[in-house]
Amino acid sequence: MKLPARDVAIIGVGITKYGEHWNLGLKDLITEAGIKAIQDAKISGNDIELIVGGSMSSGMFVGQEHTGALFADQMGLNPKPAIRTEAACASSSVALRVGVMAIASGMYDCVAVGGAEKMTDVYGSQATTTLAGAMDRDNEAYFGLTFPGVYALMAKRHMHQYGTTREQLAMVAVKNHGNAVHNPHAQYRSPITIDEVLKSPLVADPLRLLDCSPIADGAACIIIVPAEVAKNYTDTPIYIRASVQASDTLGLYMRKDITTINANLHAAKLAYQMAGVTPADMHFAEVHDCFTINEIISCEDLGFCKKGDGGKIIQEGETHIGGRIPINTSGGLKAKGHPVGATGAGQIVELVEQLRGEAGKRQVAGAETALAHNLGGSGSTVVIHILSRNRGKV
Amino acid sequence: MTVGIVGYGAYVPRWRIKSASIAEIWGSDKERIGSLVGEKSVASLDEDTVTMAVEASRSALLRAGINPKDIGAVYVGSESHPYVVKPSSSIVAEALDATPELTAADLEFACKAGTAAIQIVMGLIESGRTRYGMAIGSDTAQGRPGDELEYTAASGAAAFLLGAEGMLAVLDDTYSYCTDTPDFWRREGEEFPRHGGRFTGGPAYFTHVLAATKGLLEKTGTTVKDYDHFVFHQPNSKFPLKVAEILGIPKEKLAPGLLVSKIGNTYSAASMLGLAATLDIAKPGEKILLTSFGSGAGSDSFSITVTDAIEEKRGKARLLKEMIDAKQYIGYAEYLKFRKKLKGVLA
Amino acid sequence: MYEEKAVAFHWRGFKERYGLLGSKCESCGRHYFPARVICPGCRRKGKMKGVKFSGKGKIYSFTVVRTPPTGFEIFIPYIMAIVDLDEGARVVSQVVDCKPEEVEIGMQVESCFRKIREENKSGLILYGFKFRPARKSNLSEGKQL
Repeated sequence: MKLPARDVAIIGVGITKYGEHWNLGLKDLITEAGIKAIQDAKISGNDIELIVGGSMSSGMFVGQEHTGALFADQMGLNPKPAIRTEAACASSSVALRVGVMAIASGMYDCVAVGGAEKMTDVYGSQATTTLAGAMDRDNEAYFGLTFPGVYALMAKRHMHQYGTTREQLAMVAVKNHGNAVHNPHAQYRSPITIDEVLKSPLVADPLRLLDCSPIADGAACIIIVPAEVAKNYTDTPIYIRASVQASDTLGLYMRKDITTINANLHAAKLAYQMAGVTPADMHFAEVHDCFTINEIISCEDLGFCKKGDGGKIIQEGETHIGGRIPINTSGGLKAKGHPVGATGAGQIVELVEQLRGEAGKRQVAGAETALAHNLGGSGSTVVIHILSRNRGKV
Repeated sequence: MTVGIVGYGAYVPRWRIKSASIAEIWGSDKERIGSLVGEKSVASLDEDTVTMAVEASRSALLRAGINPKDIGAVYVGSESHPYVVKPSSSIVAEALDATPELTAADLEFACKAGTAAIQIVMGLIESGRTRYGMAIGSDTAQGRPGDELEYTAASGAAAFLLGAEGMLAVLDDTYSYCTDTPDFWRREGEEFPRHGGRFTGGPAYFTHVLAATKGLLEKTGTTVKDYDHFVFHQPNSKFPLKVAEILGIPKEKLAPGLLVSKIGNTYSAASMLGLAATLDIAKPGEKILLTSFGSGAGSDSFSITVTDAIEEKRGKARLLKEMIDAKQYIGYAEYLKFRKKLKGVLA
Repeated sequence: MYEEKAVAFHWRGFKERYGLLGSKCESCGRHYFPARVICPGCRRKGKMKGVKFSGKGKIYSFTVVRTPPTGFEIFIPYIMAIVDLDEGARVVSQVVDCKPEEVEIGMQVESCFRKIREENKSGLILYGFKFRPARKSNLSEGKQL
């Protein structure tokens, strides 16, 4: 993969609150995020030349396919072209990546990217079945494995190989809920304790209810333009220094070592290379904590600590706000919410708010460069973005 | 042409419920019932007549050591086929990898459907139409809650691969006795069977078992003294022992094949499992007499002679005793969940 | 109640799910379940051949599912595991005939034939392989069955 022919920058973001929005449909979520982003970018809707939106399963959740057409229609942007991207929980960071490639190609100068998901119009077991579409349907889901079950298998093995403890998993949830207290977009904004996590009902041993990110409705939108003209729109453009993607087997069972995600390793290497930085240069990161174990595994894979030490760094406070490498200052998927198709875009919104210095009580002091890690399924798709206030070197 | 058993297999599920656990719920006399049956086997939620038939017939195939493609016939006898229309036998045939060149069909004749299958396969082989055939008796019998049959209705499967080569036991001869005697029945659409109470004894079980056994002895010119082991259908532990008493057979000769107090009445598998348990311990040259009974009613009686090949083949698959001993107890509530007797349960 | 797939979808997988059939690449020796058209390691240089697995293996990781997907409600809680088959392939399957407390990483298991689930009260019954703790034979041969 080569570097883009043109750099890309973010000039505006918009996000809905994540949560169970009984009175909002998919269309309402899309328009709310879209309008906010356009206003934040201080552009006119007419300036948008291409829309790229992610949705994991609008078909199974609300019966609507052709979601690209829905995005364009609802935003009043016909006849502009619209693309739907799907990579399970990584759908909207793939959308951002496609938008970056569109601008880098020189074919487009203003692109709206993002994602939306409406998960609460189906009942519990139907949602579980839909989410299982991110796994290997024929060989894992067919026999009764669920999505939490996949991560439970990874957790069991990580605990067996590295001695990661049940308490360390709980600490991830506690930290992220604590961070979300200061995030007005988050679904859950009250703190929880380790004890509450350990007493919550088992979902798939050893994972409990409070180890699992919640089902949520939500949408997020980002406006991107070529870096060379970003300053025409805003005083604080945020530059996209890396936009990379990697794949791994669809089924968890096909991997040699399930305590690491190969696609994480490949994408991270490429991302740091592309941005010309190292893990130590990151001031904070959003890491895909669909289940607490994944924050631990991915922090290791992203190079924030040695393989096997993922539990140690959270226990020692290194990933708290104020620590060496704050992780999931937004509250993560765990407390902020996980409306699957929108999640990746939502992570970017957090990065932008932090890098602009607009993160209020969860602000990471002196934040200049950060990483967003978004994955689909059990890591069959991994997308990493590195954003910075600085266009060139860190 | 001589025809015999080339391989045999048995399967009993792991779960057991004590008759005392059932008696407690219905306020019945635990001791009286305990003397008829101590405990019975219960199929798991994910087991049924087909899964057990597959397990038993795969064991039979292991003992026989033949190429499954040479199996030309598969018959499954049961009164609890999972589908009312769609054969269990085609699923079993596929699972054995015996498809596609074979004949198959399902049978029903209460507890003697499996031995009827044996007779049909015997005919196919003796006539030279088929080289090998699998006869299976398998059931996950249901008892109406609170009815006395609930204490004995159990789950199990036995399979016999028959042929004319490599026999571990020869089927010397067979004799059957059948009349229209409605002692026990279940109508289409009904969930549980009904029975004639005490009528199931004299006019049904005893008439047919005794007539078939005597008929076989006469036909083969033998007496009870010529046999080393006896297996009779076992709806409870009293009936087969009463038959032995009437015919002057010493109780010890029934012991290896009398399983009902430990696993209950496995219906189509019952007498066939008794035979499997007997084959697990029989010596070359010994003779076995088996008489099944199916309500409705009829009995199939067989004279069987064990060959030298038994010692070598027996160990190639799991012995019945091991399965009977590898048990785990459940209570009545779990039993109701397993047997899907609870209303409103999804799928 | 949920939407059923048309029968062909299930029927296509009968042989491989009843018989635990997969494939082996003759070029690199790796085994796969289910059977693959392309060997991920060798791609064009690979030569795939059908293979029947013995059903013997060890547990690599496991969990107990307590929030079921549609069709599995009656079975909860049930044990799901990744099993390392002796031949080298891996499968995901349910572990039966034992309690959750009895399962261990590294435990020896053998395959068995069970019901996977039913497609509602009136639909197909879906069968396939599951795994149970391996048991030894009674005889002095000590051969694992």
